[in-house]
Amino acid sequence: MTEESTDTNAGPGAEVLRVENISKRFGPVTALRDVTLRVRTGEVLGLLGDNGAGKSTLIKILTGFHRPDSGRILMNGQEVALRSVAHARSLGIETVYQDLALVDELPVYLNFFLNKELTAGPFLRHGAMRRQAAEALGEIGINIPSVGAEVRALSGGQRQAIAVARAVNTAAKVLLLDEPLAAMGAREGGQILRLIDRLRRRGDLAIILIAHNYSQVMDVCDRVNLLQHGEITFDRPSAETSVTELLELVHAEYRTA
Amino acid sequence: MASETELRAVPEIEPRRAAGSGLARALLRRRELSIVLVAIAAFAYFSAGSYGGAFNTSNNYHILMQYLAPWAIIGAGETMLLVCGEIDLSAGFTFTVIPFVFMSFYNQGLDVPLSLVLAIAVAIGIGLVNGLIRTVFNLSSFITTLGMGFFLEGMTYIQSNAEPAQPPITGGLGDVLGGWRWSELVWALVIIAVMQAALSYTKYGVYAQAAGGNPLSAAESGIKVGRVKVSTFVLTSLFAGLAGIIDQVRVGSFDPTSGGNTMMFMAVASAVIGGTALLGGSGTVVGTLFGAVLLAIIENGFTLSGVNAYAFDVVIGIAVVAAMLLNVYISRLRRKYLR
Repeated sequence: MTEESTDTNAGPGAEVLRVENISKRFGPVTALRDVTLRVRTGEVLGLLGDNGAGKSTLIKILTGFHRPDSGRILMNGQEVALRSVAHARSLGIETVYQDLALVDELPVYLNFFLNKELTAGPFLRHGAMRRQAAEALGEIGINIPSVGAEVRALSGGQRQAIAVARAVNTAAKVLLLDEPLAAMGAREGGQILRLIDRLRRRGDLAIILIAHNYSQVMDVCDRVNLLQHGEITFDRPSAETSVTELLELVHAEYRTA
Repeated sequence: MASETELRAVPEIEPRRAAGSGLARALLRRRELSIVLVAIAAFAYFSAGSYGGAFNTSNNYHILMQYLAPWAIIGAGETMLLVCGEIDLSAGFTFTVIPFVFMSFYNQGLDVPLSLVLAIAVAIGIGLVNGLIRTVFNLSSFITTLGMGFFLEGMTYIQSNAEPAQPPITGGLGDVLGGWRWSELVWALVIIAVMQAALSYTKYGVYAQAAGGNPLSAAESGIKVGRVKVSTFVLTSLFAGLAGIIDQVRVGSFDPTSGGNTMMFMAVASAVIGGTALLGGSGTVVGTLFGAVLLAIIENGFTLSGVNAYAFDVVIGIAVVAAMLLNVYISRLRRKYLR
């Protein structure tokens, strides 16, 4: 796994998303202070940080849920004001949340097409949706027993993979993955990391991977940003840093605290 | 270590074989099938009994229909509500009040068709109020519709002076609305068929299941969960009001003591016995029809065989709990064998 993910022959392309000097307060609490980050197509940016560092606030700003107090967001060099979740999505920013993504009671293919169902007149095209979902899942190397299976019968890794596949299938340009490895065993986590790597190699997607487990994500990330107390304190290609260095930075934070 | 071995089975493609025959698999896959079998068994049991001669007559089938048709019609709405993760406890009183709403328009000199349209509009309004209080104020549907039920019961007695009324709906319109011998059954079957199609083959059905199964995820994907729920409350009240008119035109009397909690409970029981989950996310409307058929056969069979009428309630109580337990058990089997 490490072997294929350190191979970067695809190479990142143009910068697709840039966040400049964003700040956000909630009453007396400063959640984000002067945050700047950028991500390029074909790149996986690891956004690391402890609980309470401001990761969630940053995600919610990027998904259009919160408005920043100051600073600006640029998509492909154009300044955008993300008015709502739907608006951010229409610009190609898709998010996969850690656990609320799928409806257990519905089969895989209906989850895959949730709120984007294929219809003929008022009626669902079950057959076409099954075929296309199976095709799309196969294309990015996700194996599931049957697209007709209820999601509740699947493992955590398979569910996460389906949620990712669904987000990717929507002409997404930027994919935010919020703790995709949370509550997952090593083997399943490995499957998701390989999936992320395959998506990176397609070269048409910028991926921001939010995590607090540094060692798991270092392999798959091209670049790592560390968020501490609402500020980006570290921005370097992952090849030029190590888990030890990152942990040292975080520990330094506690020593001074 | 244990979790490692479990995971190993996961990515492999082969679906696991269910223990047992194709019938067992079909029973697991199609929840409503088991209730169909139980209904057939109950039918066979009462047909074969010493009173079988009385059971298998056109007249007795008509009595069965009188029981099951309103349960099935209201149950179609309740099923969709349960799938959405909601319930309407006021539906039985919507059934009771709408004929008297019709009468109050009619008594003011409006003609029958216009009074009917207005009465149905009031039924829709009841559902709208239920749904909006539920979604806008985020009050549980249990409380919302419990209050609505009491309100409607009181309104019924105020409107009717606690006296029955003679339905003025006659002629062709009267035949369509319950007057013709089997028209109530036709209404029930059509409504069941339409709602099952809506559940299985339209976006609305998917949205209802998503709204009940995982509201957060549904909302996150852009589904207007509130709107789906309000529409379903409206459908349920519409069906309940319609059933109230049809059933009581058939009887030939608008009765302020008809319907009520018993009617609501039998509709919900039909849905639950038919395999719809009380906690939302899954169910079938056809299952509800067969749930109603089963309950009607039991009630009618008991009457014919001379079993104490009070025993019926005992059986219904046990049947509902047993059906819920079976539901839980079957979902566990499904999870185990149908991945």
